Amino acid sequence: MEFLFASSVGLLTAAGLYLVFRLRTFPVILGTSLLTYAVNLFLFASGRLTIGAPPILMDGVTHYTDPLPQALVLTAIVISFGMTAVVVVIALGAYLGADDDHVNDPKEEGADT
Amino acid sequence: MTHWIIAPIVLPAMLAAFIVLVVRFHQSLARAFSLAGVVMLMIIASGLAWQASDGTIGMYQLGNWAAPFGIVLVADRLSTMMVLLTSVLALFVLLYAIGSGWDKRGQHFHALFQFQMMGIMGAFLTGDIFNLFVFFEVLLIASYGLMIHSGGTRRLRAGTQYVLYNLLGSTLFLFALGAIYAETGTLNMADLAVRVAEIAPDNSTGIRVAAVLLLMVFAIKAAIAPLHFWLPSSYAEAPAPVAALFGIMTKVGAYAIIRIYTLVFPPDLEATAGLFGMWLLPVALVGLAVGMVGVLGTNKLDRLIAFAVIGSMGMLTTAVALFTPAGISAALYYVIHSTLATAALFLIADLVRSGRGAAGLDLRAAPPIAGGAIIAPLFFVAAIAMTGLPPLSGFVGKLLILDASFGTPLVWVTWAVILGSSLIAVVGFSRAGSVVFWKSHQLAAEAVDETTPEDAQGALEPHDPKGHIPVLEVVAIAGLLALLVVHTVLAGPVTRYMDATTAQLFTPEPYIRAVLDVPGKDLSKDPHHADEGHAEDPTEGGHDAAEPEGGH
Repeated sequence: MEFLFASSVGLLTAAGLYLVFRLRTFPVILGTSLLTYAVNLFLFASGRLTIGAPPILMDGVTHYTDPLPQALVLTAIVISFGMTAVVVVIALGAYLGADDDHVNDPKEEGADT
Repeated sequence: MTHWIIAPIVLPAMLAAFIVLVVRFHQSLARAFSLAGVVMLMIIASGLAWQASDGTIGMYQLGNWAAPFGIVLVADRLSTMMVLLTSVLALFVLLYAIGSGWDKRGQHFHALFQFQMMGIMGAFLTGDIFNLFVFFEVLLIASYGLMIHSGGTRRLRAGTQYVLYNLLGSTLFLFALGAIYAETGTLNMADLAVRVAEIAPDNSTGIRVAAVLLLMVFAIKAAIAPLHFWLPSSYAEAPAPVAALFGIMTKVGAYAIIRIYTLVFPPDLEATAGLFGMWLLPVALVGLAVGMVGVLGTNKLDRLIAFAVIGSMGMLTTAVALFTPAGISAALYYVIHSTLATAALFLIADLVRSGRGAAGLDLRAAPPIAGGAIIAPLFFVAAIAMTGLPPLSGFVGKLLILDASFGTPLVWVTWAVILGSSLIAVVGFSRAGSVVFWKSHQLAAEAVDETTPEDAQGALEPHDPKGHIPVLEVVAIAGLLALLVVHTVLAGPVTRYMDATTAQLFTPEPYIRAVLDVPGKDLSKDPHHADEGHAEDPTEGGHDAAEPEGGH
């Protein structure tokens, strides 16, 4: 299971990084989303992988999973979701304003095209 | 336990919500509340700084949960100093925003401004590293709104870059935090300091990776080369008061480096020894050089100032990278100087822009601007401070940094880069200043008869139509510059204060004890845990249990 988990985090990160290095906003935003998936899984694994154990103190249970990473992942999901929404809106504004969805700076007005 | 420590976070948060919900359609009321809030913030910050100035470390447990299980806020000398600096900067920036009418050019300026305050204050005060991430996000998301305030295609484009870059930074931050948690099992900074020190050097791969990742994250925030590429466009395109406020945001990164790398990963720690001391200094020098060469190479005034920010962050990191008490002390002196000087320059550039009409901030001659007799001296004072010429505080700061780097192996390189880049910056700033302020008179004398070139926009009113002198704006800028003068005149006492702050940073034991030794709420008195017999009674237990769990 560790191998599967680690390679899926790696795969998501690799795909995310590839997309982030693209020139247009849409792939870049997709890339950041993939990266946030990867980081959420990574955070989840930072409390060790445990199957079928409760994350809360209960009587008669000795085998626990760490509840803190779950709380961290929850926070991270909320924040990254909000951030993605913001960047989509801003990128749409930039695209509709300039009719151009490249990420880099526009050429100066006087420069050759 | 004093509740004042959380006031700098709660006050702007409440005020922001109030402004956006109640007075969103009343511009003058929003202004009044925002201004009152910042003044209150300054008073609270002064109180906190005064409280911490005798070396006591204030600590606040949120929800009364003991560290490391609950989140704590810590108000030591460094934190309170940064909080006070932020609130003072915010006051002048807000005065400028109100005076210049920037806050009316879009919606929700004041609410976002207050949320930004909340995030910055929280980042300075928190004693929990995941909470630091959360406050980073609070200040970032407010800054996204402020950055694209009043819109415009170029600004939105720059805003997209800014948001994407910071989104990547946040992702990296989370990776670093996950690695730290996996290695140590805690996120409280004081507890981390204890546990990281216990890690055996031959089992330190994970924590070394985490330390470097974390340093990269803070380097992105602090715009240290080669991670500075987001800065020039964002700062140049942001509305001027926002750019001035952003002056403190790069310092948040610097603060985090100083805090984490003296407390959690101190320079003499075996597990991470030689990990960043080796290359942080060269990188900082590269940043300094890049920034100052950018000052010389750019052709717009606002980008010039943005590059000066990169240069000054390089200078600051040079001092931090020494990781000696003298270096950190010099860096802290420079933090205050550089924040105030950058803010003043961005505000002055905005006055120039609004006076020059079509020419904007291009570095070319244009008709003289109204009130140039006031603005030009302000620019030259700010430029002198920024480039580090005597007699202003930039010079004192640079001197302290040069002095601090004296005993290090790279001393000649450091001195050469600092002095060389200062010279370049002086040339860059004086070229810009003379083109913008002096050439204009020459041009006016030569071309009295010629009609002004009709450009796409703004050429119809090259001068301010009412010829009004921007009183409030000038007051805000002059206030910032006056603070720089005070910072210079009181360099002796300020330096002693910084030395004491540094001494506190380099003896983390009281900090750790202050955080970890205070007991939190007495769990045995918690109604939920008090008595199993009572809690299992459904009618009584459900009623009592609702309250303690509602807080999460």
